[in-house]
Amino acid sequence: MNIIVCIKQVPETTKVKINPETNTLIREGVKSIINPFDMYAIEEAIRLKERFGGKVTVITMGPPQAESALREAISMGADEAVLICDRAFAGSDTWATSFTLASAIKKIGDYNLIICGKQASDGDTAQVGPGISVHLDIPQVTYVKKIEEITDKKARVERMTEEGYEVIEAPLPLLISVVKEINEPRIPSLRGMMKAKKAEIKSLGAKDIAVDSEQVGLKGSPTQVVKIFTPVPRKGGQILQGDTADVVNKLADLLKPEISA
Amino acid sequence: MDYFLNEEQMMIKELCHRIAEEKVRPVTAELDEKDEFSWDVIKAIAQADLFAIFIPQEYGGTLSLAPKQKIGGVLDVCIATEEIARACGGIAVSYAASVLGSFPILIQGTEEQKKKYLPDLASGKKLAAFGLTEPEAGSDVSAIKTSATKDGDYYILNGTKHFITNGGEAEIYTIIAMTDKNKGPRGVSAFIVEKGTPGFAFGKKENKMGIRASATRELIFTDCKIPKENLLGKEGMGFIVTMRTFDMSRPGVAAQALGLAQGALDITLQYAKQRHQFGRSISSFQGIQWMLADMATQIEAARALIYATARMIDSGITNVAKESAMTKLFASDTAMRVTTDCVQIFGGYGYMKDYPAEKYMRDAKITQIYEGTNQIQRNIIALQMIKEMANK
Repeated sequence: MNIIVCIKQVPETTKVKINPETNTLIREGVKSIINPFDMYAIEEAIRLKERFGGKVTVITMGPPQAESALREAISMGADEAVLICDRAFAGSDTWATSFTLASAIKKIGDYNLIICGKQASDGDTAQVGPGISVHLDIPQVTYVKKIEEITDKKARVERMTEEGYEVIEAPLPLLISVVKEINEPRIPSLRGMMKAKKAEIKSLGAKDIAVDSEQVGLKGSPTQVVKIFTPVPRKGGQILQGDTADVVNKLADLLKPEISA
Repeated sequence: MDYFLNEEQMMIKELCHRIAEEKVRPVTAELDEKDEFSWDVIKAIAQADLFAIFIPQEYGGTLSLAPKQKIGGVLDVCIATEEIARACGGIAVSYAASVLGSFPILIQGTEEQKKKYLPDLASGKKLAAFGLTEPEAGSDVSAIKTSATKDGDYYILNGTKHFITNGGEAEIYTIIAMTDKNKGPRGVSAFIVEKGTPGFAFGKKENKMGIRASATRELIFTDCKIPKENLLGKEGMGFIVTMRTFDMSRPGVAAQALGLAQGALDITLQYAKQRHQFGRSISSFQGIQWMLADMATQIEAARALIYATARMIDSGITNVAKESAMTKLFASDTAMRVTTDCVQIFGGYGYMKDYPAEKYMRDAKITQIYEGTNQIQRNIIALQMIKEMANK
């Protein structure tokens, strides 16, 4: 079973601050890590490889320093890593990112399964995984918490929902996004770390994956960011007390100005 | 202080730090309370290749050794043991005891013995243990009563070993037994005994003051028949094998003590900053500051001595009895002082089991006792000094 895992390098802390003047993330002094949800994707891929054989290829789109995230994935047991890196990709939204990743996956080829983390801890969109499957025209199952059965032909997985879970069967090749309930990511081994240090990381640019510069990066991104701001913390609510008729009247009085505004 | 560790040693430190924080620290209080050995943690240590770092590559390890050199990777083992001991002395000693049990095979084993036993030890699939101590033979090795009698192609073992770390959990035991009691220390031999051999049973698990996450049991041999191929070296070499093993392994116990001391200092410093009395942090009082400064200085001195000695061994020097004894003596006395001061600075909280301070103190005490009491270490150091002077 050949598996491609899509990962993203993100700032370590969930408490990153936004520069109020430029409205961009303050990245200085913040360590970069593999998106925590992607760690479960890497772990699941390695477990499948250990059971069924095959190859795990980890890919990421990002700046040259994202190579360290790929090396970490190799230290856990991934076989190959590809960095998708080009100035033309800068400023990509989730559409352009998923298009670029899908194009790279087409170029890499020979896969049965694509695994993504459910979302990235910085952007929190959960759109890139599903986007890749659409660009590749393959089925997708999001929020997978367990792979019950998997063969070369099809997979039966449990998809987490708010109330419980759904059991879904889908043909391969397939894209799944995984939640943290699926496994416990391993600590790398010393041999893995040594291998990762020496591993050759392939790099693919826009030309290599045959995409037009109009389709990627800022130009290929239909999303327009109008404004980025730090949300003002919500004020506490108030509890109205008294008999029902009084409370309803009070509530109506309070709501009137809100509605007319 | 920068000890100029190589890249692999930095990786080992980082790996063990993660294991200590993610796998060990969350369970250390529970294992201590329940007096429980954790295979989950041992498996995590094994999966990270940490049982492979002192075993040569040809036997499934990661170590490359100079020709004819038998022991290496001692600094690597010390770094690993130290990091694990920062979180739990019991788990650290379970790791270090498997190293100890493997050393006689590395030092004296034949090619066949090495090929048979070392790969499973390197992968961590099996643990090793070293069986020397008996109810009436601790510091005095020549007093051991366990006997090994040659019978054709076999040796028949009879006797009881006690206080054996990893007893019952380990699969491979190096056992020191008397083959000729008329010869005293020169009548002692070393054997490899596998768990499951008929006539080899385990006695009670000891209920210890500290290092309770490690398993300590009696080993009972009753007409236990082992193939003569399991003899390590020649008959009568058991005492030499034991002494050489301890020379190589004592820095590991010292590293366990060092890790306990460092772990205790880490929590003490944190507590001293948080704790307020008389309207300010107790870390602002000179009395506390001087205690913290002494703790840190002693720890750094212990580390420097251990790392320097481990590097001597790794460079192929075998005449290290004095330095090796010094590491164990100094680091364990440091651990006892530092952990006692840790409890003192924590005050009443330090005495309570709800806080981690008292466990460090309980765990530290054994490091002054086992692998040769600190009184025996002083004997070794003095004897070496006198020998060196006589040879000048």
